[in-house]
Amino acid sequence: MNERFDAIVVGAGPAGTATALTLARGGWKVLQIERGEYPGSKNVQGAILYADSLQKLIPNFREEAPLERHLVEQRVWVLDDRSYIGSTYRSPVSSDAEPDRYTILRAQFDKWFAKKAQEEGVLLICETTVLDLLREGERVVGVRTDREQGEVYADVVILADGVNSVLARKAGIRPELKAGEVALGVKELLFYSQESLEDRFGIQGDEGVAIEMVGKITRGMVGTAFLYTNKESLAVGIGCLLSDFRKEKVPPYVLLARLKEHPALRPLLRDGEMKEYTAHLIPEGGYKAIPKLSGDGWLIVGDAGMFVNSVHREGSNLAMETGRIAAETVIELKQAGEPFTERNLRRYRQRLDQSFVMKDLRKYQHVHEVLDQNRHFLTTYPELVNRAAETLLRVDGVDKRAKEKEVTRSFRKHRSYRGLFSDAVKLWRAFR
Amino acid sequence: MSEVEEKLYQNRYRLDAGRPHIRIRDPEVCQARCTEKSCAACCPAGCYTLGPEGAITLLTDGCLECGTCRIICSEFRNVDWEYPRGGFGILFKFG
Repeated sequence: MNERFDAIVVGAGPAGTATALTLARGGWKVLQIERGEYPGSKNVQGAILYADSLQKLIPNFREEAPLERHLVEQRVWVLDDRSYIGSTYRSPVSSDAEPDRYTILRAQFDKWFAKKAQEEGVLLICETTVLDLLREGERVVGVRTDREQGEVYADVVILADGVNSVLARKAGIRPELKAGEVALGVKELLFYSQESLEDRFGIQGDEGVAIEMVGKITRGMVGTAFLYTNKESLAVGIGCLLSDFRKEKVPPYVLLARLKEHPALRPLLRDGEMKEYTAHLIPEGGYKAIPKLSGDGWLIVGDAGMFVNSVHREGSNLAMETGRIAAETVIELKQAGEPFTERNLRRYRQRLDQSFVMKDLRKYQHVHEVLDQNRHFLTTYPELVNRAAETLLRVDGVDKRAKEKEVTRSFRKHRSYRGLFSDAVKLWRAFR
Repeated sequence: MSEVEEKLYQNRYRLDAGRPHIRIRDPEVCQARCTEKSCAACCPAGCYTLGPEGAITLLTDGCLECGTCRIICSEFRNVDWEYPRGGFGILFKFG
């Protein structure tokens, strides 16, 4: 591989492919390198895809992308050990609007997406692991791969190599991840007949349901669980901060097994055929964990740059958005005849600051601290609201006012008026 | 077969025989100095097992390449962690 490229993109997930595709459309000669057998074979997500960022790149993606179901119903459940209290939002897609969120299977979606980039002229090489960045002085000038004579050169290198970003760490671009900055998620994919699945969730055609869960299922650890409907399968998973897993020493698969046995989930999951078990880290550090995003001859996009909005479970859209913006930044520089110096590439960060990516991450930058320092949000409250519902709904000869008093008493006993008030303020400040 | 082995059995792998991509740098550190041994509890693929004498055994065949072991070994940094060679390791069918 002695050829020279305008750009090398490391990784063929949503961030890398969005970058490569945008660059190729700008007339660039792009090499994209993927370590998996095909794009997607190393990639894991829940997975919900938000249409907006993809639509900007491929307006007619709905006609050809491998989509599973579009979400018509979203539920949020707060669980204690045996019950849950929750909310449901259900709305059919109106005839004049396109659905804006879909469940997908990443191994299939990423393969399709990368193919779209290839159609634009991107050269994709799979089964190749990038080992190091090549530098001349401080400037990144290419990459070294595990192929024979595997050194390749380019004017700019884009790191889209995912949450672990071995490359960025080795190059000293990004420090090692801290256990408090990432969540470990585990997931099973359970298969059913399409009919059985649609009966269980009251859906038809391509309609889908997503259930997000919090509460005692994570045993006081900061985390959430989910259940998503695909065409013929259910994705059920749970994720918690890695620092909490370390402290509690609960094997993740044990936590997942318990989740599946919860009385609220068991009937929905019964008789499924498990065909894959996956695990993945999710960057959860948010705004404060975002590393330096560019330097002489390089930029970072997607999970490698910690671009995940964990509050709204958005990630692949941020990946595509950061990829596109990184590509647009370097295309503009080239058109203006300016070199890819550290100083010039700072425009990438400036452009991100103006986009929803940074605005959203900044908005929620305190959420994790608040949850971390107030574990009762994850244990005491789920229990209290579930018991309150039980007390209020049970018809047992006790008058309603007495029941209301009992509920108030149970909240005061566990949190006191002052505690309740300060909790409300804390939550409001974290999410406002 | 253990609970987690049964799950991993459903997955597709291409093993790079004789070339594990993760190594314990100094097994002595795990056995004698590390008291936490978090890897044995937290690895989602159960690749790390704790022996009767406190020794840790690593078998990377079922590895899901998540990075957990490397990050939680923050006290001793005793995990040498690389991605498998291109094309090897876990190959997700669905992701």
